[in-house]
Amino acid sequence: MSLSEHDVRHVAMLARLGLTDEETKAMQSDLNSILGHIDEIQRLDLAGVEPMAHAIEVVNVTRPDVARPSFPQAVAISNAPLAENGAFVIPQITGGGDDE
Amino acid sequence: MTAEQIRGCIAAGEFSAVEVANSALARIDALDGEVNAFNQVTADLAIAAAERIDALVRGGASEADLPPLAGVPAAFKDNMNLIGTRTTCSSRILENYVSPYDCTAVARMIAAGVIPLGKCNMDEFAFGSSGESSAWGPVKNPWDLSRVPGGSSAGSAAAVAAGMATISLGSDTGGSIRQPGALTGTVAIKPTYGRVSRYGCVAFASSLDQIGPFSRTVADNARALSAIQGKDPADATSADRVPEDFVTATRDADVRGLRVAIVRDLLDAEGVTSEVRDSVLAAAAGFEAMGATVGEVNLPTSQHGLSAYYIIGPAEASSNLARFDGIRYGHRAENPADTIDLYLRSRAEGFGPEAKRRIMLGTYALSAGYYDAYYGQAQKARTLIAREFSAAFADYDVLLTPTSPQVAWKFGEKGDPLTMYLSDIYTIPVNLAGNCAINVPCGFSADGMPIGLQIIGDYFAESTIYRAAAALERDLALDLRSPLAR
Repeated sequence: MSLSEHDVRHVAMLARLGLTDEETKAMQSDLNSILGHIDEIQRLDLAGVEPMAHAIEVVNVTRPDVARPSFPQAVAISNAPLAENGAFVIPQITGGGDDE
Repeated sequence: MTAEQIRGCIAAGEFSAVEVANSALARIDALDGEVNAFNQVTADLAIAAAERIDALVRGGASEADLPPLAGVPAAFKDNMNLIGTRTTCSSRILENYVSPYDCTAVARMIAAGVIPLGKCNMDEFAFGSSGESSAWGPVKNPWDLSRVPGGSSAGSAAAVAAGMATISLGSDTGGSIRQPGALTGTVAIKPTYGRVSRYGCVAFASSLDQIGPFSRTVADNARALSAIQGKDPADATSADRVPEDFVTATRDADVRGLRVAIVRDLLDAEGVTSEVRDSVLAAAAGFEAMGATVGEVNLPTSQHGLSAYYIIGPAEASSNLARFDGIRYGHRAENPADTIDLYLRSRAEGFGPEAKRRIMLGTYALSAGYYDAYYGQAQKARTLIAREFSAAFADYDVLLTPTSPQVAWKFGEKGDPLTMYLSDIYTIPVNLAGNCAINVPCGFSADGMPIGLQIIGDYFAESTIYRAAAALERDLALDLRSPLAR
């Protein structure tokens, strides 16, 4: 399979990764070269083989449902690039209400 | 000096732990301008830890009373959290991230008495096999500064090879401990998946990642793994097993009767140099001379490991790296127009080229219409690889391959990403199956660079591979001091 420039832009949007035009072209070439190698996996006869998601069998690991200490709020937001009043700041995502 | 010797001398009062710390810090000061193994040196933490050990000795503690790694200089890959340090993953996106909690393996090392020297440089987010893709500049190989040290745990390997640290921790998703171990002449283990907690190690591919130690000797390596192993309630995938004393396995290691197999088809794979191949065959002959039985196996499906890995690894990475959104931590773009713009630009500005490539590859492999053809197919191939190993371990105790197809190469020699990916053909199948493997130096190339043997063991057979590695180490008695460490 090979990716068009349009495909690369689509995948970049899915990945929320801003790419310049130059990066998009380089990425298209790199990805197609890598996929050219990886595509050999299609030749394996894998009919009826169970997929393996994990190296060792681990099923429903639970812990007792008891409260444990967690980060205080100040520590939880200590690495936030932008914080206000003890909260993470995000761009406005809803309409402006009274302003509009 | 080995970890055991350092601890013994501190207990006997021959020198103090603070003297050890000062001497290690002075070495870093003298050498690391060239090597670039450290992203951050934690002198204050080192001295404080050393003072705690010295206080124990002053209080009358005997050697037996001291913790198992008392006074041993150690370093940690910069994807492992340690309170009060930056944890950058050698990425601009985490340039200012300060750890609010400890990685379990790091905390266990410190509880075992190590002197924490600092955080080691690495390929960005552990994506790479040469140590060149760090946002803070490449790590250099202490054997030859014009060559790469391998990667991604490049700084962890170089710190030990240069004699700056006695033990370091790395993480291995597709060979990131063993391959730099081979290229720097250090002992380096990827434990069985689940042997060591992954808690607090920034996730790359959660079903493949495993933490393990680098050291100069097999016994030191076993001592470090003994300290960090074991169930951790904070990592549901850590295995609930009785801790083992791996050091015992390295003492008077006897391989008589051990069933050893050369992996013939992988040894004959394209790209392996003749001196690496010969060195592995010589090691096999060495095992036979010591009383092991040596046979051959083929692992035909494992040859497809690279393809399966470059689907599964990036798929899991693209999902794990989705958390870097410019909001909760990490780099944030200025003046975003809206949330999408914030995501697009924060990630574009923060991630380096290889991280972007892996994110794109993984997102594509998981996207609608391609999921079954790539991710589904890779997961099935993974089943076959695991079965193939299990079949081999029915007849043999350990399997031998080169760790890397070639010795350390010169900077810039591998230009395109695919050529770089091919350097992990021997290590990747083990991560996919989840069993354990160790790199042990087994010789030198004509130009004096170390060659590494990979000894592969079954699930939780670390004692067996340590035994084989210790026997070979004793038999070969190589001088593994890099020019910088002499």
